[in-house]
Amino acid sequence: MEKNCYAIELRGITKRFGPVTANDSIDLGLRRGEILALLGENGSGKTTLMNMLAGIYLPDEGEILAEGRPISIHSPKDAYAHGIGMIHQHYKLVDVFTAAENIVLGLENEKKLDIKKANARVREICGRYGFEIDPEKKVYNMSVSEKQTVEIVKVLYRGAEILILDEPTAVLTPQETERLFAVLRNMRQDGKAVVIITHKLGEVMAISDKVAVLRKGKYIGTVATAQTSPQALTDMMVGRSVKLNIDRPLNENQSPRLQVENLSCIDHEHVKKLDGVSFTAMGGEILGVAGIAGSGQKELLEAIAGLYPVAEGSIRYYPPEGGEQELVGQSPMQIRRRGVSLAFIPEDRLGMGLVGSMGMTGNMLLRSWKRGRLPFVRRKEPQALAKKVYDDLEVVTPGLEFPVRKLSGGNVQKVLVGREIASSPNVLMTAYAVRGLDINTSYTIYNLMTEQKMKGVAVIFVGEDLDVLLELCDRILVLCGGKLSGIVDARSATKEQIGLMMTSVGGKEET
Amino acid sequence: MDEKIKSPLIRLEKRSKSALHPAAAWGIRLGSILFALLLGCVAILLSGNNPIKAYATMINGAVGNKVYLQQTVKKAVPLLGCALAIAPCFKMRFWNIGAEGQITAGALAATFVARLLTGKLPSLPLLLLMALAAMLLGGVWGLIPGFFKARWNTNETLFTLMMNYIIIGVVAWLQAGPWEAQQGRIAQFDVSAQLPKVAVVHCGWIIVLALVLFIHVYMRYTKHGYEISVIGDSMRTAQYAGMNVGRIMMRTMFLSGAVSGLVGFIVCAGANHTLAKEIAGGVGFTSITVAWLSQLNAFAMVAISMMLGILTKGADTLQTMMNIPVAISDIITGLLLFCMLGSEFFINYHLILRRRGGKGGRAK
Repeated sequence: MEKNCYAIELRGITKRFGPVTANDSIDLGLRRGEILALLGENGSGKTTLMNMLAGIYLPDEGEILAEGRPISIHSPKDAYAHGIGMIHQHYKLVDVFTAAENIVLGLENEKKLDIKKANARVREICGRYGFEIDPEKKVYNMSVSEKQTVEIVKVLYRGAEILILDEPTAVLTPQETERLFAVLRNMRQDGKAVVIITHKLGEVMAISDKVAVLRKGKYIGTVATAQTSPQALTDMMVGRSVKLNIDRPLNENQSPRLQVENLSCIDHEHVKKLDGVSFTAMGGEILGVAGIAGSGQKELLEAIAGLYPVAEGSIRYYPPEGGEQELVGQSPMQIRRRGVSLAFIPEDRLGMGLVGSMGMTGNMLLRSWKRGRLPFVRRKEPQALAKKVYDDLEVVTPGLEFPVRKLSGGNVQKVLVGREIASSPNVLMTAYAVRGLDINTSYTIYNLMTEQKMKGVAVIFVGEDLDVLLELCDRILVLCGGKLSGIVDARSATKEQIGLMMTSVGGKEET
Repeated sequence: MDEKIKSPLIRLEKRSKSALHPAAAWGIRLGSILFALLLGCVAILLSGNNPIKAYATMINGAVGNKVYLQQTVKKAVPLLGCALAIAPCFKMRFWNIGAEGQITAGALAATFVARLLTGKLPSLPLLLLMALAAMLLGGVWGLIPGFFKARWNTNETLFTLMMNYIIIGVVAWLQAGPWEAQQGRIAQFDVSAQLPKVAVVHCGWIIVLALVLFIHVYMRYTKHGYEISVIGDSMRTAQYAGMNVGRIMMRTMFLSGAVSGLVGFIVCAGANHTLAKEIAGGVGFTSITVAWLSQLNAFAMVAISMMLGILTKGADTLQTMMNIPVAISDIITGLLLFCMLGSEFFINYHLILRRRGGKGGRAK
């Protein structure tokens, strides 16, 4: 095999979904012993492109070449036959099986399952690349990072020479990410070709040899990592230079707005989702909430909104006018009736914050539908509000009655945020407010949050990107396994410090 | 060596809603009816008859003269009423398939009042009381599964279905036992307990048309209607908006059962003038088709139920006039429903045939 031959090459790959062109004539080449970062914003077509290598989708146009020869990949099995393995964002493991059982699951070439041999081979692969995993451990006992390891070993076990990892670091702590990167470097040494899909620039710079950038389904170009900078890559990603720093004015006028004390929540499977959390949210500040996904962020916000049963503790609301209200034990309607002005932008926008089948007007109505004595709903005011949100936030929709489900993610979020802010709240809670949004809309959201903070609103901002939390918030509350790990000053804290607090309460190693 | 990327021969693709003009959608629906009638021709031909003559007989038998039309309307009225009853439940995604039992419950309550108070009250108050009792028992019959769903999240489909058999069993027992007049039948109502006729048909059709307006306004313009739509879209959103989902569920099920109960009253006081365990006669199930085909639109339900009325009445005529076995008319009805429901698929999706050269092209 000549040296300049690509291990895998894409030529003019195009994929359409109805009227949407997800990938538009994309060329890409990957050599052995190379780590390629596939960079692009959410929705730029990274995953779609890689799914065509993994045999999930068929391209509409174009061809795929392996070692210079055209191949066609109809199924994941075909992909494995060509040495291509993909680690998807959502793991596909059987909970009650061990690591090794999951790894050999679905393999047909062995007549009899020899689990001892499998265990040994798993150990051998782990030793070679530096994984830390016990082949006999059951999946339900594993952390997210261990599950990911199982997925990677599964792909290697099947003899993959080309590995594709879809946003592998989204669920990892900084320390775990470092460990993963070390493994990937070992693989590169071993002559494997690795593609890592990401939208985090820091990681691109840290791990990759070259970077291919996609923007809105189009191939922008490939550059050598050593010869580029985060700024240059951002420019390629978004098409023009954007300011990377977020404006963070200080509101000197702060007063306690929400006091949570010793809050505990237990879910229907008797698992403690929140364990004795106490903090105070101040009017006039953005309080960030950091933590690995599923550390109790959702339960915390829902408990405050009256949507999650509280097992223990108290949530006291202090209106700016003075007085005190206990929120625990109140339904969302009662909380609203008592004049507690609380706005909540939940994580699941269409499933919880909005009515997907209705237009903007119908969704504005969600906050005011109860108004008036007559049994009929009053649509006039919500319609005016919808028009205002449409104008102020530049929502792109064919009409105020057009179902919001069919809008793009950014516009859906604008409708939701617009409605919640319009209620002029004293407390504004947001969960993953910029997930899935493009950079421009994300900044619109950041600016709105800051605007609210300067108005004296207590903003609680649950986020996943530590860089954003560190730039946007005044203080950051870190959750770890439902416990309060600590609260840090966002102006002086470091990413590493927060990362450590995310994995162990108070930032100390568990004993 | 020369492996080209192959796409399958036929692919399905979801239409973007804006692409299909409403007129085109109705065109597809109309086309599906024509297609079903064509398939029906095959069935009629196989039975050794002339399809054109058969269809002519059907139409004539359904709307050909006053008496026929009257009978067709009689068949359409309960279908329409019942479709209106289940529309709010279906909008809420509460799969109430117990309309059959709720009709029967209503008819049972109306009969009870009629037997108790005939001769003691003048006709109008008697009928009003019968209607009220019917709505009450029908409503309760709907409320029970609603309550269990709200409280313990039981499966409403099974629950409402089972409730049908209970009430039908009760009527069967009354019919053969305590209320039996002769040969396992319950006595005919007195004239004072029968619905008066307006334009040759019992006045149930006026009640049902009033219901059309009521349900339309209720679903579109009231707070209740809004709550139902929100729950149907997402229960979490409803909770988030401060709605008491359980209470709304129970209220809607009571309303639905009450309307079905009213239909039961109309059938027993207007058409049958007595109670029998077959009183609902499958209307509770066929009305699901009506509600679904009309996309829960109250006005479209008028047209669809009328069409099904024509179909069933026409099929009856076909059987008596041309001696075509009843099974053939059942086949035609089945084909029509199948094709009409199937047409919704082609309204939401379109087929893409593989073009030569491996590219995907669009089918017409």
